[in-house]
Amino acid sequence: MADAVVNVLWIPAGLSCDGDSVALTAAMQPSIEEIALGALPGLPGVKFHWPLIEYSLGGAEFLEAFFKAERGELDPFVLVIEGSIPNEEIKKEGYWSGFGNAPGSDQPITFSGWIDRLSPKAWAILAAGTCATYGGIHAMAGNPTGAMGILDYLGWDWKSSAGVPIVCVPGCPTQPDNLSETILYLLWQAAGRAPMIPLDEAGRPTWLFGNTVHEGCDRAGYYEQGQFAGEYDSPMCLVKLGCWGPVVKCNVPKRGWMGGIGGCPNVGGICIGCTMPGFPDKFMPFMDEPPGGKLSSTFSMAYGSVVRTLRDFTTATVDKEPSWRHKGKKLTTGYTKH
Amino acid sequence: MAIKDLPGTGTSTQPTRLVEMSWDPITRIVGSLGIYTKIDFQRKVVAECHATSSIFRGYSIFMKGKDPRDAHFITSRICGICGDNHCVCSVYAQNMAFGVRPPAMGEWIMNLGEAAEYMFDHNIFQENLVGVDFCEQMVRETNPGVWEKATKTAAPNAKIHGYKTIGDIMTSLNPFSGEFYRQALQVSRYTREMFCLMEGRHVHPSTLYAGGTGTVATQQLFTDYYIRLMRYVEYMKVCVPLHDDLFNFWYEALPGYEHVGERRILLGCWGAFQDPDNCDFQYKTMTNWGRKMFVTPGVVVDGKLVTNDLVAINLGIRILLGHSYYDDWESEETFVPKDPLGNAVDRRHPWNMHTLPTPKKRDFAGKYSWVMSPRWFDGKDHLALDTGGGPLARLWSTALSGLVDMGGYIKATGTSVQINLPKSALLGPASFEWKVPKWSNAIERNRARTYFQAYAAAAALHFLDKAFEELNAGRTRSWEPFTVPDEAIGCGFTEAVRGVLSHHMVIRDGKIANYHPWPPTPWNGNPRDVYGTPGPYEDAVQNTPIFEENGPDSFKGIDIMRAVRSFDPCLPCGVHMYLGDGKTIETVHSPLAPFG
Repeated sequence: MADAVVNVLWIPAGLSCDGDSVALTAAMQPSIEEIALGALPGLPGVKFHWPLIEYSLGGAEFLEAFFKAERGELDPFVLVIEGSIPNEEIKKEGYWSGFGNAPGSDQPITFSGWIDRLSPKAWAILAAGTCATYGGIHAMAGNPTGAMGILDYLGWDWKSSAGVPIVCVPGCPTQPDNLSETILYLLWQAAGRAPMIPLDEAGRPTWLFGNTVHEGCDRAGYYEQGQFAGEYDSPMCLVKLGCWGPVVKCNVPKRGWMGGIGGCPNVGGICIGCTMPGFPDKFMPFMDEPPGGKLSSTFSMAYGSVVRTLRDFTTATVDKEPSWRHKGKKLTTGYTKH
Repeated sequence: MAIKDLPGTGTSTQPTRLVEMSWDPITRIVGSLGIYTKIDFQRKVVAECHATSSIFRGYSIFMKGKDPRDAHFITSRICGICGDNHCVCSVYAQNMAFGVRPPAMGEWIMNLGEAAEYMFDHNIFQENLVGVDFCEQMVRETNPGVWEKATKTAAPNAKIHGYKTIGDIMTSLNPFSGEFYRQALQVSRYTREMFCLMEGRHVHPSTLYAGGTGTVATQQLFTDYYIRLMRYVEYMKVCVPLHDDLFNFWYEALPGYEHVGERRILLGCWGAFQDPDNCDFQYKTMTNWGRKMFVTPGVVVDGKLVTNDLVAINLGIRILLGHSYYDDWESEETFVPKDPLGNAVDRRHPWNMHTLPTPKKRDFAGKYSWVMSPRWFDGKDHLALDTGGGPLARLWSTALSGLVDMGGYIKATGTSVQINLPKSALLGPASFEWKVPKWSNAIERNRARTYFQAYAAAAALHFLDKAFEELNAGRTRSWEPFTVPDEAIGCGFTEAVRGVLSHHMVIRDGKIANYHPWPPTPWNGNPRDVYGTPGPYEDAVQNTPIFEENGPDSFKGIDIMRAVRSFDPCLPCGVHMYLGDGKTIETVHSPLAPFG
C-alpha cells in the first residue's frame, strides 16, 4: 500500500458540534497543512474529503468520493466519523440526522445510513470525539434520540476488512494534537511504516490514554501535601470541588491544550471526565465532590495502596457506558414527551 | 451540484427557463447545510430557494431535571466553534438565577477569553472558509473577466500589506498554497492559545463557573496573553486595509454586487463583554448594565436604532412554529407569567416555551425543518431580525448608540466606530473607522467581520489594562461562592461569534425545570413562520443577482454561496429552511435529486 493515495472521508453529521473538526485545525503536532502537504517522511499521499476546509462548494461534487467509496472504487480509505449516532429505529418516520440526499430521492441519507454503507469497505474507522466513540453529551439520560457511540452501533469487537479495530480518540472535544497524531499514525500504518495501532479495551491509543489526569497534573503535589482548594480560584488541588482527575484516563494536564498551554485541573478547571465511556452521566453533577473523593483525599499520604484499589474500582465504573446506549426499537433513556 | 431543467414562468414576451440547482451539503461552514434553488438564467437571478439542515439533538429536553450548575458545561457542547459563547451566556444566566456577582478579575478574565474567541473565529472563518470564495482559483473558474481585471488593478493599500494588485491578494488566499491563507491558519492557533490561557481549553472551556473563573490571575498569565495579542494587533494593521482593497474592488469590478445577499436592514445585537463596575447580574437593573456592555445591545430597523434596552429586547423575543417538526406547546405549562419587574412574559417567550419533537419525512410543502422561527416583536410586527453574521449588527448597534468609549482604544460616535491600535513591533500606531454602510449585504457582512477583529483586539487591550490594575492592587480573586436557590429564573445575553445569543433558565426544586438557548443561526436561517414571514436567508438569497460568467452547464453558484456564507452559518445550532413562494413553478413539485 506504500504508493497508494489514502483517502480520508470525514462525516461530521452525527449528533455533534463539529468541535473535533475545529480542533483538528488547531493541531500543531502535526498541523493539517503538514499532513496534507506531506511534510513528514513516510507519509502516503493523502486526499481529504472533509467539509470544513473543502475547496469545492459542496453537493454532488463533494459527495462523489463518498459514493465511490461505497462502490469500492476508493481503496484504501479511512472513515472519520464525528458525532453520536441517533437511533433512527425508534420513530415512525423522518430522521434525526442526515448528510446529503440519496440519489433519486428527496430524503436525506442518515448518519447511520452512511455508516452502514461505508463501514464494510473502510480500511479503518476513526471515531473523533466522545460523542462518536461512546455517545457523549447527546447520549445523556433523558435524551429523545437514543444516541449512542460507534462501538455500541457496530459492536465493541468490530474490525475493518483490513483487521483494524475501531480507533477511538475521545475528548469533548479531542485535544487537537491527540487527534492529528492518531491520524498521522494511521497514515503511517496504511503505508506500512508502523505496526498495528496499539489500543486499549475502549479503543483508545494507549500512548495517549494510558495514564490518569491526576498522574499528569501539576497540582498533584498539593494533593500529596493534603492541600485542597475550597474555592474554584485557588491554585491548589481541585479534587474536593468536583475534579475527577484521579480516575480519568486523559493526557491533557500533561500535554496542555495547545502548544503546552491550557488544560483542565492544572489551570483551574475541574476534570469532568469527558474522555470516558461513562461521560457525562456518571460524573454529574459535575461540581460535587466525586464519591470516594473524601476518603481518597483524606488518606492520600498514608494509604497509597488502599487508594489505588479504590480508584481501580471507581475507574471500572466510569469507564463503562450507561445502559441506555444501544440499538433496537426501544428507547430506554427515560425520555417522555410531555 | 445537482442540476435539473424545469418548465419556467415569465412574461408572455419573454419565456423564462428555470433550472433547479442544489448544493447539499455546503462545504466550508460549521455543520450540514443544504441549499436547493431554482435559478432564472435569462434574468440572472435566483428565483427560489430551499435550504435545509438535518439534525436534532434535544438539549432543552435532556437538560430537564439536571443540576443548574451543570448548565454551562452542557450547553457549551451545543457548538464546536463558539461553544465558549454558550458557556459564558449560561454562566451569565446562572449568575442571575443564583444572585451572584463575580469579582472584577473574573469578568476581565472572561472578557479576555471571549475577545480571543472573536479574534480566532472571525479570522479562520474569513480567511480559510469565506476567503476561498474570493481566491484566485475560484475567481478564475467563475469570473475569468473579473480575474483579468484584478491582475491589472493596483491595490490602493499595497504599501501597507505588500500585495501589488488585487489579483495578488486573491492568489494569497488560495487554499494551502496561498501565503495569507497559511498565515491565517497560524494566527487561528496563537489566538486559540490566548483563549486557552483564560478559559482553559478550546472550544469547551474548563475554567468557567457561575460566580467567576478558576483561572488563577498571575503576571505570567497576562503577559503570555499580551505578547500574542500584540502580534495580532500587528496582523490587524495589515488585515484591515487588505480586506478593504479586496471588498471595494468587488463593487468596482461588478456594479450591482451590492445586491448580492442584500436584505432590508433588520439587525439584532444582544451586547457583549460585561463591565464589572456596573454589571450586578440582577434583572431589575439589566437596562442599566446592558447599556454599559462593551458592545452595545440594540435592535436596528431600516438604519434606525429601535432600542438598546436589554429588558425590552428580552420581552420582545418570540419563538414561532411554522414548518418545523415540533408540536405546539399551547396546552403546556407557563413557567414565567411575569418578569421580576412585573412585565407580562409571552407564552411564546423562551422562558415559557416547550420543545416537543415529532420527526417527519421531509416535505417542502409541509414540515421540513428542525428549527423554529425566532422573531422579535416590536409591539406591532414579528420582525425577522438577522445578525449580519455577527459583526455587522454589533458594529451598527454600537455605532448608533454612541455609548462605548474604551480607554482611547474604541469610541462609538453615533455614526461610526473608531478603533485605535498602538505601536507594535514593526508598525506604528494605526486607526480604523468603521462607518455605517448603505446596505445590509454580503460584502458589508464580510467587511464588518474584519473590522470587528480589530475591535476585539482593541477591546482586549482595554481589558488587559484593567486586569493589570486589579493584579497590581492585589485583587486577584476571580470567583465568588454562591448557593443554588430552590426556585429561581435567569437569563443571559451575549454575542456568539456569529450573532445574538440568549439563554433562559427556570429552576424548580433546585433542578432545571426549563432551559432554552437561542443561538444566532436559527435567527438567520429559519423557515417561514406561522404568519408566512420568511427567514433572513430567504430574502437574502432570493434577491441575489447572478454575476457568475458560467452558464447552467458549468455553473458553480458562487454568488449564492457568497450570500449564504456572509452570514457565517453555524449549523450545529440548527437550521432547516424554506425560501421562496408565489411562483407558478411551485406547483411543479419534484424531487430535488442530485445528478452525477
